[in-house]
Amino acid sequence: MLETEVKGKRKLELEEIRRDFPLLGREVHGRPLVYFDNGATTQKPKRVIDTIERYYSLENANIHRGVHYLSQQATTAYEEARKKVANFIGAASDREIIFTKGTTDSINLVAFSFGESLKEGDEILISHLEHHSNIVPWQMLCERKGCVLKVIPMNDRGELIQEEFEKLLSTRTKLLALSHVSNSLGIVNPVREMIRKARDYGARVLIDGAQSVQHTTIDVVDLDCDFYVFSGHKIYGPTGVGVLYGKESVLDAMTPYQGGGDMIKTVRFEKTTYNELPFKFEAGTPNIVGGIGLGAALDYLSEFDMHEIEAHEASVSAYLGACLKEIDGVRIYGESEQKLGVQSFLVEGIHPFDLGTILDQQGVAVRTGHHCTQPIMDFYQIPGTVRASFAMYNKKEEVDVFMNALERAVKMLK
Amino acid sequence: MMTLEEKQQDVIEEFSLFEDWMEKYEHLIELGKDLPLIDPEKKTEDRLIQGCQSQVWLESGISDGKMQFTADSDAIITKGIISLLIRVLNQESPESVAKADLHFIREIGLHDHLSPTRSNGLLSMIKRMKMEALRQI
Repeated sequence: MLETEVKGKRKLELEEIRRDFPLLGREVHGRPLVYFDNGATTQKPKRVIDTIERYYSLENANIHRGVHYLSQQATTAYEEARKKVANFIGAASDREIIFTKGTTDSINLVAFSFGESLKEGDEILISHLEHHSNIVPWQMLCERKGCVLKVIPMNDRGELIQEEFEKLLSTRTKLLALSHVSNSLGIVNPVREMIRKARDYGARVLIDGAQSVQHTTIDVVDLDCDFYVFSGHKIYGPTGVGVLYGKESVLDAMTPYQGGGDMIKTVRFEKTTYNELPFKFEAGTPNIVGGIGLGAALDYLSEFDMHEIEAHEASVSAYLGACLKEIDGVRIYGESEQKLGVQSFLVEGIHPFDLGTILDQQGVAVRTGHHCTQPIMDFYQIPGTVRASFAMYNKKEEVDVFMNALERAVKMLK
Repeated sequence: MMTLEEKQQDVIEEFSLFEDWMEKYEHLIELGKDLPLIDPEKKTEDRLIQGCQSQVWLESGISDGKMQFTADSDAIITKGIISLLIRVLNQESPESVAKADLHFIREIGLHDHLSPTRSNGLLSMIKRMKMEALRQI
């Protein structure tokens, strides 16, 4: 356990915080659950569950339009949640926080709205490590606008090749869309340096924070990215809500891509004028309870010191990595020192689906397959990997259970 | 010659001997290892049934009015389940294959593997087997 204590912060007492997450107490196939699929979605603390229940039991109303008590209360709660998000990621103002359905939705919003300003021959730069949701929207944009998609290559260790990145940058580069942390390998990209280099060519930068915001301290002003996107459900909040952070000046210059209620100032058949930020990008009734639930999740997380969470998760992950290396025929994918939240591996001669199935029978939840990153699997010429991914509540004892289950599975399948 | 239903009962009986999940899966793995493989050169796109998790190749034909299936997968547990499907459906008339109610999968506790969310290609494989049978009618 860590000795560092930050004043006013709750210490990461694992047995205590595990009780905050009701689902962690359940059994699967008659065994105590070991939940190592946090990269897919995290479990929810009671505070989030209670917030959702209370909202629908006592507070439900539509927002931004009612004069009545409940509507005003719901509007306040929703807008408070927006402020919590802004604070959590260090945004200059809550006008820079757009609520979306999730990371994918946020990226699509940028691809359509920001993408509208692009012209034939403009280049969009992504990396080999991206999730499909940070590839396909740009391919669609390229088809619409005649832009060119360029890909930063990776090396065998799973790191982006920085010299190649620099060669790909030019004044034609209009946008760099880059994951902070690779969802399938856990590699942390040197985003700060890469953002700075892209800036030198006047490119805008979108950082996909789906796998970083829950693991490490994020300060979007310090990073100096134009967009930062993430999902609520991967940071202990509800599904169906996500965030697009955008610099105010950049968002102001963008036209909305969805029209409807809430996003307008005036509607005339001759001409409609749009609402101001952030509302001009939030057409229709939003996921109100999702936003409020996300706010509750961030409140919960803010009780702790993010540095302590990061160090704890890193130690659990490193412990699993070390145990895996003891097993014959194991190859870990993503061998960089800079990793967060994920260990991805294969055992020689065993298909990941088979391993995942036998682990599941022993109450261990992992993700198997290509993790929506087929280009990475093609690079290694493998069908997929077994991915163990961690959250603040995981503990080393669970790694021991996992290793026993894995050894049993390997014995059966070899 | 057993009927399709008798073959299903046979599989159900075979699996009823196992006390726990581990023995059941060990048996499936053995069955998977015994399954005749499809030649690599026959693993072509038209025989491939793409699943998100594992892939299945299926070859079918008809001889003396009876369906003949050969299949393969890159995952051994998927192969084990395939071998059961083939045992039940091979040597059946196209009509019986097309209308077969494969209840044995549920009864031996493997129905999870047929849910679309498993994405292991098995559900699509059964559909493909029935389509191939329908083409022969």
